[in-house]
Amino acid sequence: MKLGGGILIALGVIAAGVLVADLRVNPYLYFAGYVILQYVVIATAWNILGGYAGYVNFGTPAFFALGAYTAVFLIQWARAPLYVLIIAGGLVSALLGLGIGYLTLRLRGVFFSIATLALSIVLQTFVINWDYVGGSKGVTVIRPSAPLFGSHVKFLFAVMVCLAVLAVTAAWLIERSWVGRGLSALRDNEEAAECMGVPTLRLKLFATTISGFLLGVAGAPFPYYVTYVEPSSAFNLDYAINALAMPMIGGTTTWIGPVIGAVLLGTAQQVATVTISSELNLLIVGVVLVAFVVLAPEGLVGLARRLRGR
Amino acid sequence: MASALLEVDGLVKRFGGFTALNRVSLSVKPGERFGLIGPNGSGKTTLINCVSGSLAADGGRIRFEGHDITTLAPHRRTRLGIVRSFQIPKPFTSMTVLENLDIPLEYATHGRAHAASADEEAKEILRAIGLEPKAHLRPAGLTQIEMRKLELARAMAARPKLLISDEAMAGLSSTEVDDILAILFRLNEQGITIIMIEHIMRAVMEFSQRIAVLVAGRKIADGDPKAVVRDPEVVRAYLGE
Repeated sequence: MKLGGGILIALGVIAAGVLVADLRVNPYLYFAGYVILQYVVIATAWNILGGYAGYVNFGTPAFFALGAYTAVFLIQWARAPLYVLIIAGGLVSALLGLGIGYLTLRLRGVFFSIATLALSIVLQTFVINWDYVGGSKGVTVIRPSAPLFGSHVKFLFAVMVCLAVLAVTAAWLIERSWVGRGLSALRDNEEAAECMGVPTLRLKLFATTISGFLLGVAGAPFPYYVTYVEPSSAFNLDYAINALAMPMIGGTTTWIGPVIGAVLLGTAQQVATVTISSELNLLIVGVVLVAFVVLAPEGLVGLARRLRGR
Repeated sequence: MASALLEVDGLVKRFGGFTALNRVSLSVKPGERFGLIGPNGSGKTTLINCVSGSLAADGGRIRFEGHDITTLAPHRRTRLGIVRSFQIPKPFTSMTVLENLDIPLEYATHGRAHAASADEEAKEILRAIGLEPKAHLRPAGLTQIEMRKLELARAMAARPKLLISDEAMAGLSSTEVDDILAILFRLNEQGITIIMIEHIMRAVMEFSQRIAVLVAGRKIADGDPKAVVRDPEVVRAYLGE
């Protein structure tokens, strides 16, 4: 697929998203669709670091919540418009990403993962004790009036379509560029990559920063979506688990993997929430993840390749 | 010596209280075939790691073509022309043999704009080293010797001025050793300076124009191969009193 074709498809998806947002169907579908799209962004962002570079980040909630709380702060402070929230949320999380990028100098493998998990807890503690953004009891966010499409849920749905396209395009571009090839070299063997001329530190910093930016972007509209933000929902461990499970199920080596994983698992979770119980979500993820790790360790994409190769 | 390609001057490397390299100095001339030997644990690989930049030296200087590279990042040294192969092959496992070569071609040799010509060059290197039929296999499908050849081929793709071969022949059969030796001789004829670290004495003696001996982090001998292996101190280090 050439660059031009990719851009056309991206624009097509956005146009389709806007059309869908303008339909008159059950509003709950937009509500659920938002969550699934949000997971497309999260899984794609996670995969840029976890799948391409091989650094497993358990701190997804930290980045997501940092985006969300940056938005809360800007709403409280200046009633900033949504696009400002998204850009600012992305940038603040990108800074955090740059920070954990420097961690990779000393921490590799499972130790890096543990550090990111700890990061999430540290940030949560910080937010719990920060009253301006609601502290532990949370904060109610009032949506601005008169959104596009006449409904906030529809509007946010359309915004999330755009953000998903942005995230997937970024992953697609990285995968096809020298950056992507360098990242897979350092994933395979960091020392050998460095000795073959790959500037591993710079590439890792790039990956953690982009990944952080997109995770923050995914979190920034969250306050307007839920209208009530409190630490335990913004820092929910579900984000860490889903961010990891979705790319694993879809396939971590290519951009389509996280998208497939997010759509399948995200949809399954939404259906289960409505038909059975929201408590079932993590159980579904757990069972599916174990099944995939055992039966198709390279995800659906890897499975499809194996079947085709036979 | 101003004409040296690589100059190591008083290099010190400590791991905690253990001194792995104790003020080691050596210099390698352009085009030279240089052998580095020593018992296990004598600091050969540590020295190589310091020269290639994987480890930071605690003291002393390293100069390459007259430039001080002591604090340069490893990938920058590769681009200057210092390329190493690894004792235990470290291929990029998710890529084919050909793609393994594309990484140094893209990052160390060409810059990033010449993907097409890089592919041609990668094939040429594989042809010269005898790996062309395996170009589209993953490294997991290679034999031991093919893996060593891939290590060398990948190093070649980075267009080294100085190639450091870290035990490229360990565990190979006699004919396979000859095979690798022939490759290294050919590279040297093309003007590449080579430092060979090896335990297989037959190979080092045949290959090297000069040999240095490391024992317990100190250089105890440096000179003509035949003279060095007769040096009483070297004999003592290898065989005991």
